[in-house]
Amino acid sequence: MRAFQKHTGLVVAMDRSNVDTDQIIPKQFLKRIERTGFGQFLFYDWRFLDDGSTPNPDFELNQPEAKGVSILLAKENFGSGSSREHAPWALDDYGFRVLIARSFADIFFNNCFKNSILPLVYDAKTIDDLFERAEKYPGYQLTADLVNKVLTDEHGLELPIEIEEFRRHCLLNGLDDIGLTLQRDAEISAYEAAHGIS
Amino acid sequence: MAPRTMFEKIWDEHVVYSEEGKQTILYIDLHLVHEVTSPQAFEGLRLAGRKVRRPERTLATVDHNVPTTDRALPIADPISKKQLDTLRENCEEFGVKLYDLHHRKQGIVHVIGPELGRTQPGMTIVCGDSHTSTHGAFGALAFGIGTSEVEHVMATQTLLQNKPKTFEARFEGSLPNGVTAKDLVLYFIGQITTSGGTGYCIEYTGEAIRNMTMEERMTVCNMTIEGGARAGMIAPDQTTFDYLEGREFAPQDFEAAVERWKQLPSDPGAKYDRVEVYQAKDVIPQVSWGTNPGQVMPISEKIVDPAQIEDPVIRKAAESALSYMDLKPGTPICEVPVDRVFIGSCTNGRIADLREVAKVVQGYHVSPSVNAMIVPGSGQVKRQAEEEGLDKIFQQAGFEWREAGCSMCLGMNPDILTPGQRCASTSNRNFEGRQGKGGRTHLVSPAMAAAAAVTGRFVDVREWEYK
Ligand code: SF4
Repeated sequence: MRAFQKHTGLVVAMDRSNVDTDQIIPKQFLKRIERTGFGQFLFYDWRFLDDGSTPNPDFELNQPEAKGVSILLAKENFGSGSSREHAPWALDDYGFRVLIARSFADIFFNNCFKNSILPLVYDAKTIDDLFERAEKYPGYQLTADLVNKVLTDEHGLELPIEIEEFRRHCLLNGLDDIGLTLQRDAEISAYEAAHGIS
Repeated sequence: MAPRTMFEKIWDEHVVYSEEGKQTILYIDLHLVHEVTSPQAFEGLRLAGRKVRRPERTLATVDHNVPTTDRALPIADPISKKQLDTLRENCEEFGVKLYDLHHRKQGIVHVIGPELGRTQPGMTIVCGDSHTSTHGAFGALAFGIGTSEVEHVMATQTLLQNKPKTFEARFEGSLPNGVTAKDLVLYFIGQITTSGGTGYCIEYTGEAIRNMTMEERMTVCNMTIEGGARAGMIAPDQTTFDYLEGREFAPQDFEAAVERWKQLPSDPGAKYDRVEVYQAKDVIPQVSWGTNPGQVMPISEKIVDPAQIEDPVIRKAAESALSYMDLKPGTPICEVPVDRVFIGSCTNGRIADLREVAKVVQGYHVSPSVNAMIVPGSGQVKRQAEEEGLDKIFQQAGFEWREAGCSMCLGMNPDILTPGQRCASTSNRNFEGRQGKGGRTHLVSPAMAAAAAVTGRFVDVREWEYK
């Protein structure tokens, strides 16, 4: 897995709550058997008009200033619904490295860590403040520094990054879960033996 | 030992390794696999030179992407076909049992697990699918996972987990006539909202739950994920044991298993992190009006007026939902016409659901303005329905009668809504575009969907004249 230590990037604000994974990557693109190449279909139904190819001029990611964004700001319950990991794959492939919201859905949140995407949760007031900043400063950028556990901008913002230590450790070092778990192979075998699983 | 909840008992029993500050390694008893979320996981195994650690605890089926029309015909969409072929090849290579397209017992993964008797009380069950929560109806800890985790389970038969908090949702008293498990769970999600259950494992208790059949309990646990919870569960009892007895994969020494299972229910005095109590008599048949499963209303009411909503975030969400759904505030929901009716899915595609539908439509005909289809949850459900003659009732009433699969629940196969079509659906998600781009989904119970098919609009099934 790619390691995540520090990332600075342009922010796109999506003033939406309950953005579900059906929206992030619609089902017609789940037929692929690869892990890559999903970015072109990210937010497909919102991003393109009915012909499926003309960019929808009203959609956040299609604004000229959203070119090259890598940090996404949203409201509540981002990533709800389907467990499809194609959602973080699509976000990652499009270039997103950090997601910031009031809350994330459980499975989606988990899936982010498996793909080196950093999901950050802040309370409503802080999120509103970030939305205001994104609106106020053209070309608004944030820096997520996982080494020092702070989120900063160039205008004096400094927010702590609160994330489980174990997950942070895995992200910082790009550790793959399976490899880690297999270090406990003896315990797994012992469990199986004790439960008559052979 | 201090009194424990059922969740805690199952959790404790499955801990392989835990260490302060790290995620717990939890043993997984049963891993269900389907074609959409598995190819990248198998590929990962292959690249790392790993095997499936416990193929006998892994079971695969095809459901999301399968055609529900004539199975003798070749699959029209080459990409869909590729995905189905890939699962077949992977299952062969890794020694996993597959219920393939032409297998008599093929069906939606959450329908066939219980039907085969693979789902059992006390188990940990996972699948790369959020509605894995369905299996909690048997007193199992069952939840959906992502594809990276699918690979993790394949390679290690374990999962890294943080312990969720516990939540008791108690439903006192019994449900009124004409009110179903689907209404109860839609009502519940309306109460807690789609994020209200985040971080919890919910145990449903109370008389209304105890009175339910296994099919009804599965409907309730199935939709738990729509409230954001990790899992839903219901303590096993005689209803559970009776359902399992005699099934293909039920334990050989059934009585001994039952004795073990009887130890599972929460101990008296066990503490939950959160408790909510509801009165079953308050539940009225529900219809969703918006674009998430928490946006629901009783059939007796009028569409909400966002102007009356104080919270700006909720108001904005309501406005955008009503605009997508093309609904006007103040309209009684029972005046809203429907174009399509979909009966099926892992929420309501079981035999009991189809019997319910047959009762409503018997002697009636689908409205000329409606296209209505019934998609059984599995091959076994289909055959059972045909043995009981339900297919005749459906076809005489003007329903299409299909082969088993997910179908229009998510519309990965050709079963989709066209833009602007309004559908009464027994499935579980009304997200924008879920059933087809621009399609408008209203979640309802099977009986409510059946009645809507006949009248061409939503009706209160409590007042239905059965023929
Ligand atoms: S029926 Fe619908 S919700 Fe259930 S597994 Fe299939 S697609 Fe998912």
